[in-house]
Amino acid sequence: MHPFTLERPRDVATAMMLGARGAPATEYIAGGTDMLPLLKDEVLRPERLVAVGAGVLDDRIELGRDGTLRIGAAARMTDVADHEGVGETFPLIAQALLAGASPQVRNMATLGGNLLQRTRCGYFRDVGVVACNKRRPGSGCAAMDGDNRMHAVLGGSDQCIATHASDVAVALVALDARLRLRSLDGERIVALEAFHRVPGDAPQVETVLAPGELIAAIEVPAGAALARRSHYLKVRDRVSFEFALVSAAVALDVEDGRIRMARVAMGGVGTKPWRMPRVEQALAGARCDGTAYRAAAERATDGAVPRGRNGFKLDLMVRTLVRALEIAGGQA
Amino acid sequence: MKVRLALTVNGESREVLAPVHKTLLEVLREDLGLTGTKHGCELGECGTCTVLVDGEPVLSCLALPVAIEGRAITTIEGMAEGGELHPLQQAFAELGAAQCGYCTPGILLTAQALLDETPTPTRDEIKEALAGNLCRCTGYTKILDAVELASMRMGARK
Repeated sequence: MHPFTLERPRDVATAMMLGARGAPATEYIAGGTDMLPLLKDEVLRPERLVAVGAGVLDDRIELGRDGTLRIGAAARMTDVADHEGVGETFPLIAQALLAGASPQVRNMATLGGNLLQRTRCGYFRDVGVVACNKRRPGSGCAAMDGDNRMHAVLGGSDQCIATHASDVAVALVALDARLRLRSLDGERIVALEAFHRVPGDAPQVETVLAPGELIAAIEVPAGAALARRSHYLKVRDRVSFEFALVSAAVALDVEDGRIRMARVAMGGVGTKPWRMPRVEQALAGARCDGTAYRAAAERATDGAVPRGRNGFKLDLMVRTLVRALEIAGGQA
Repeated sequence: MKVRLALTVNGESREVLAPVHKTLLEVLREDLGLTGTKHGCELGECGTCTVLVDGEPVLSCLALPVAIEGRAITTIEGMAEGGELHPLQQAFAELGAAQCGYCTPGILLTAQALLDETPTPTRDEIKEALAGNLCRCTGYTKILDAVELASMRMGARK
């Protein structure tokens, strides 16, 4: 690791002042489960870290009277997954959390950090590889013609096809989660779906966060709980402690065997957590049966661009989505 | 930049002067001489460096010790009590649940945290609890057997 200094601010205002200054080169650290590997591999070489875990950022988990779920950015994955209110009202979130990482990592990692984790693209994480536009803008993309079996088929550009690795972000996007962002200018609210950016011609810019700006909290609107029948299905090379090849977050509002409203997002396939509005539209009003599930799921690959070794994801997306819909919605 | 760290390890207060970028794993092994905690992948993927912090398994290779000051750290050296092996250690030894043994300290501590929380776990609960601990030798069957045996013995003792 490149040596660094560590600041432990007393409050979030101090943290933001430290983070907003251009120099010395600064990164925030919370649970550290992604930051430490990035530092060890020297993908990041900050001169200073600013600790923003519990005690600086809020780590409370609250289900409000109006039904809104509010998760402080410093809440740990374990605590959110184990929270009674989350399990009862938004089981999709708990399922997605428990499908991710390992018990040890979940005991350390925060929800804010989870959303900000960097891609698992092997070329990004290996500083011995020259071509990575995300790590070294303008250097090219080794994944385009390389080992891109794990890479994105949606949201990519000719500059970058790295996936976003979070599971819980996929569930949260499906549930219309929004983020409270804090900076020295105050607070603003951004839909999670609009928080991550597709790579375009600037893959190094991954979110809408301004310098020094922090995720303060994640909120899930009460209305999302109406879609009671939900399931998070993750398909991966091994059954534990592995990232998704394809995952599907599905939540359905069903009455008399018909879907009133569907919420669908997929992971492992996009350069950011990928909401599936066309699938949702196809499901709205449909009967809960295999034919309808299949017809809707086929819309998931609209606009998908396979690149060499990841072409299998197109079939796998449809099958994964059909299975998730069968589990969530059952057969009428 | 070196910092003075006040750590509580296996019930003892320990003071260390260490560079701030040194991980808890490195401080335990190099500064405190507690080499029972093993150095595996260093990237949070193998579970070999697991220690308990306030009774919960965490990865010492991904923890900066400055963030853990004031909390109770338990390493494998703190598992036996007064020279008597913990029932998990006893069961692992009897059933041959270790081959090369490198992953064993991390697995024992992770299993201890499980049994502290869930004294009679199902086989699936044991598997889930140990999902972050890789073993390249045993095939896991004897490890799961040993956790079950320890659980039964600990239940019988109460």
